Amino acid sequence: MVTSTLGGLRAACGDVTEAGADDTVDGVPARWVAWPGSNEEVSAVLRAAAELGLRSVARGTGSRLAWGAPPTALDLIVDTSRMGAVLAHAAGDLVVTVQAGLRMADLQDALAPHRQRLALDNGDTAGGPVAGGTVGDTAGGTVGGTIATAASGPLRYRYGSVRDLLIGITVVLADGTLTRSGGTVVKNVAGYDLGKLYTGSLGTLGVITEAVFRLHPLPEASRWITVPASDAERAAAAIAAIRASQLDPVALEVDRAAPGAPVTVGVAVEGVAGGIGTRADAVADLLGEAAGASAAVTEQPPGWWGRPPHPPQGPAAVITCEPTGLADLLTTGLGALRGSAGAGVLIAGLDDGDRLGAQLAQLRGIATRHGGSAVLRCAPPHRRTGLDVWGPVPALALMRRLKDQFDPEHRLAPGRFVGGI
Amino acid sequence: MGAGLELLAAEFSALLGRAAVITDRQRLRTYECDGLAQYRVVPGLVVLPESAEQIAAVVRACAAAGVPFVARGSGTGLSGGALPHAEGVLIVTSRMRRIQEVDPANERAVVEPGVVNLDVTKAVAPQGWYFAPDPSSQQICSVGGNVAENSGGAHCLKYGFTTHHVLGVEVVTPDGELVWLGGTTRDVPGYDLLGAFVGSEGTLGIATKIVVRLLREPESVRCLLAAFPGVDEAGAAVSKIIADGVIPAAIEMMDALAIEAAEAAVACGYPGGAGAVLIVELDGPVAEVEHTFTAVHRHCTDASAFEIRVARDAAQRALFWRGRKSAFAAVGRISPDYIVQDGVIPRTVLPEVLRRIAELSAGTGVRVANVFHAGDGNLHPLVLFDETKPGEAQAAEEVSGAILDLCIAYGGSITGEHGVGMDKARYMPRMFTDEDLDTMQRLRCAFDPAGVCNPGKVFPTPRLCGEVPGRHKGVHPLQAAGLAEQF
Repeated sequence: MVTSTLGGLRAACGDVTEAGADDTVDGVPARWVAWPGSNEEVSAVLRAAAELGLRSVARGTGSRLAWGAPPTALDLIVDTSRMGAVLAHAAGDLVVTVQAGLRMADLQDALAPHRQRLALDNGDTAGGPVAGGTVGDTAGGTVGGTIATAASGPLRYRYGSVRDLLIGITVVLADGTLTRSGGTVVKNVAGYDLGKLYTGSLGTLGVITEAVFRLHPLPEASRWITVPASDAERAAAAIAAIRASQLDPVALEVDRAAPGAPVTVGVAVEGVAGGIGTRADAVADLLGEAAGASAAVTEQPPGWWGRPPHPPQGPAAVITCEPTGLADLLTTGLGALRGSAGAGVLIAGLDDGDRLGAQLAQLRGIATRHGGSAVLRCAPPHRRTGLDVWGPVPALALMRRLKDQFDPEHRLAPGRFVGGI
Repeated sequence: MGAGLELLAAEFSALLGRAAVITDRQRLRTYECDGLAQYRVVPGLVVLPESAEQIAAVVRACAAAGVPFVARGSGTGLSGGALPHAEGVLIVTSRMRRIQEVDPANERAVVEPGVVNLDVTKAVAPQGWYFAPDPSSQQICSVGGNVAENSGGAHCLKYGFTTHHVLGVEVVTPDGELVWLGGTTRDVPGYDLLGAFVGSEGTLGIATKIVVRLLREPESVRCLLAAFPGVDEAGAAVSKIIADGVIPAAIEMMDALAIEAAEAAVACGYPGGAGAVLIVELDGPVAEVEHTFTAVHRHCTDASAFEIRVARDAAQRALFWRGRKSAFAAVGRISPDYIVQDGVIPRTVLPEVLRRIAELSAGTGVRVANVFHAGDGNLHPLVLFDETKPGEAQAAEEVSGAILDLCIAYGGSITGEHGVGMDKARYMPRMFTDEDLDTMQRLRCAFDPAGVCNPGKVFPTPRLCGEVPGRHKGVHPLQAAGLAEQF
């Protein structure tokens, strides 16, 4: 049986291997790994997998496979590492088309000589071309993984998150259908914007094979302005002062090690060399006054900038709240809190111990008071048992119907997403 | 009216009150078209609900009876997206114009779908905030319509479209359930149904409450008008600006024929003899804008601009924009009839595509005036004709269609902001494969399995075969009444 299944997969995709010890998804072992080299091979191997009754999960470098819930069943990993090309960079149009297996850091490296970037600085590229060096996850995530997990960073305050920068996408559905939506121009309202649905879907709707992004110019100059506020109230006041200003920062971040610890507020500004100093000083004045402490201006980001406040396996949660809820969250919220105060999306590094569930519940309580949510991003599998990973999910019935339309037999990443989708 | 609709009319009268249900044929005719006036269908029934619950009740009744329904805001859409269904119910949101919450501290406002776009900004401007999407019809178009169409505007080059400025929508699904998509914060758990809903042209449900993002007004706005010998030089200036790493708030271009029309209509006083003009607007912190503005000025000069005017104040800035904003309607001064096209090309092929359009025009004798959002390659060719002259309408339609084919051939899109609606559904297969369209239908089926929510729009059906593309006769009544401008 095993041999014939492998044979069936190999007939569809030239490179299929038996899974090794490391070929697991969040602790769940796979049986085979396919290494397709083209859209057509992804399509063929998923069609074969469907015919063989297999459950599949897509994988880039695997740096965020711990996010979401573990799959309820797994046979095949579809690895995109042979699909890592920049297919087209239309520099004059500020658009790039890439394969899903391309590493984010490599994408930024390809764009930088053109003085352009994808304005997305998740852990893969935090401080990348801007700060002059790649940091973050050791493996460095891919384009496909970035889309599937909607992983963004400090720049989201000004440029939006993955959903806002993705203008076209190619996906293979569970039945092997190769399908595109969007296009290669920024301004385009033809048809449904399915890219939004695939973004953050943890691979439950299809396997992403190509993406088209809008790009932004690399700024001529950047400055980071940070201030250590003695308490959460002062930090929140500093954040509110920046929001109300006309200084147009690109990032508005916060970092707090533990409840009661000082709260660092960080702001990034970008622009022309001739004007950056004036703006940075104005930000520093505003921050310093509101926080009651002296703000520092630097030409490099602080060490914590854009780095998740947790080990790759977690435990960690994503906490969202309305801007006016920040003081409450920063005062009482458990764990290490860091992230985009500007966008109202923080990451909480939590205890790898028995208190995890209580911490998550406490944070969910605060977030809910302020219009937000608390989602367990990742945790060692044994810690997750019995925990409500997602919390309340509005419109879940519609989401189930959507899943049933795209993947009626639940062959892709089963159980990884909200409501057991 | 059929028996089914009569029953519904009685039910709606009980639910909404007599005054909120229109059955009189003459009054129904008021709603027979949206901003694309050559498609006309008198709706079977019109209702004017005042609350989300009323809309939900109406939709539930429609769903139970299997009667199609169409939502309509202010009716300014340019693709026939709000074209009524003859045997269906038109749900008009014009009585839902309450701004329910203004909350600058949380950078948001909560509005009902009938609220006029510009009224959001008016409500928050005293506190120094604004709502970014600025379609040309913003004095009259509704936020609900903006959500349906994912409206852009002149400033979307820098600030994006409606989808970037909506945090959440309360929606009545096609089976009549009230649900929230998104919310008051970002990254709501689950699929980004909000992202799919915005721009779905009313086919996935009806927005009944919208949480919009507010932006802080920029510290400084600078605007210049540059005149060039021709579109090639103006296009080169745009390329230089973008290549320099500048993303202006807006870059608009008009060619000689569009300028001629604007002068005839509003005497905008653009530099004489220009083959093309550019309007470039920058905004942001003073320290940033002053430096960048100097660079933009230099790029225009380097690209052979023969005259550059810099707006001294808001009044002169408005004067620069007046010619541009009047361009669509102004074409009525130089041609009895015209088609407003909306297509997108990669910005870098602009000169080449304009040459191809000029060739099309020369080869057919059909005049084409060009107005466009040059920064993002969104073309609005105005195809001129006189319906009273035999063959002209047909020739204009062919040229208009050929322009869309050019957009597709150069890797662009059949619509940048006006939507697919009724008008371009038949072009969808030229841009997308059957598999692509089938996949979109999967989303549709998740929301509207019965196919009762704005049927016949966006996706091609046999019923659409052979229908004519968008055509405008003279000035739109809303413009004539001074209620709307068109970009």
